[in-house]
Amino acid sequence: MAAKSNLTNMVLVLGLTCLLCSAVLGGAYALTKDPIDAAAAAKTEKAVAQVLPHFTSVEYNADAKYYKAMDADAVVGYAIESTVVGFGGNLTLMVGITPDGTVYNTSVLSHSETPGLGAKCATDQKFMDQWRGFDPSIKKLSVKKDGGDVDAITASTITSRAYTLAVENALNTFNALSHE
Amino acid sequence: MSKIKLITDGLVKNNPTFVLLLGMCPTLATTTSAINGLSMGLATLFVLVLSNMAISLIAPVVPDKVHIPVYIVVIATFVTLLQLLMQAYTPAVYETLGLFIPLIVVNCIVLGRAEAFANKHGVGESALDGIGVGLGFTVSLTVLGLVREVLGSGSAFGYNFIGGHDGMLAFVMAPGAFLCLGYLMVLFNKFVKKN
Repeated sequence: MAAKSNLTNMVLVLGLTCLLCSAVLGGAYALTKDPIDAAAAAKTEKAVAQVLPHFTSVEYNADAKYYKAMDADAVVGYAIESTVVGFGGNLTLMVGITPDGTVYNTSVLSHSETPGLGAKCATDQKFMDQWRGFDPSIKKLSVKKDGGDVDAITASTITSRAYTLAVENALNTFNALSHE
Repeated sequence: MSKIKLITDGLVKNNPTFVLLLGMCPTLATTTSAINGLSMGLATLFVLVLSNMAISLIAPVVPDKVHIPVYIVVIATFVTLLQLLMQAYTPAVYETLGLFIPLIVVNCIVLGRAEAFANKHGVGESALDGIGVGLGFTVSLTVLGLVREVLGSGSAFGYNFIGGHDGMLAFVMAPGAFLCLGYLMVLFNKFVKKN
């Protein structure tokens, strides 16, 4: 059924297969590169729009991973990407902060929390809504169990703590930015 | 072998999940909801049909001693192709399935069908076998996902029917996956496979 397994045949067939496959993949990569980039950009833009009030243009700072949103000439806020270790892996948030230092809104960019428990940090309305207009100068930024003002998700204290820490890190980034 | 039998064989006699017990890792991990199970099944179906066809074409010229590496390269190519296409056109689905798309490469169903069927049959038959086994995998994963979603989150295909209450969370997690799979296997073998 198969060709003889001598050295020439084996090298030839394996080599040709690899060559052909890499050619196909190279072509596919070139064809899908633009749509993939567009999809990624659309996703980030959506995340920024979700966490900040209306803006007309966005400036990205790749070093500190934040987006500065402007409406005409006025800065409407900063959307800061913040990654912490959650219960099941990395938890990455987009935190929108207005120039006065309050959180406008937050959204989850990616997470690997337990479905049905920690994963609720991306769907639970009550948990997510408490971040709208969260003012760190009035409220204490830690979960209630630790003596703060953040309502944790039931049975997911570790995820809630991680989420809180991510917001705190974003606020620290913002403070460092505004002192520049 | 009749053409219809090739497809029904994949669904019943050679059902990859409930009879052959192949590809258990993605089966248990991705079936947290019916939609996830369905998407994983369709992704595997896509790879299975194309790799079955390609392998049935190249099998006569592949020397025996290197056939596994050659098959794996072919399968990996189709998986990467699928990955790029999903990233470009269905980014939301790609995100939920994430890691499990590249893992289709090492899914024993795909290599299993290549070894057990495609390298001994023609292109047409291999394509049908791919469709059959792929559909078998898709249906099994969707059913398993649906059962786990109904019990675990109280919803079906994303439609919630128990309001704000919590489901039985264990079924969304790994232990529930094993339990559901076990009971579904029992039911499948009792009622479907017998006839």
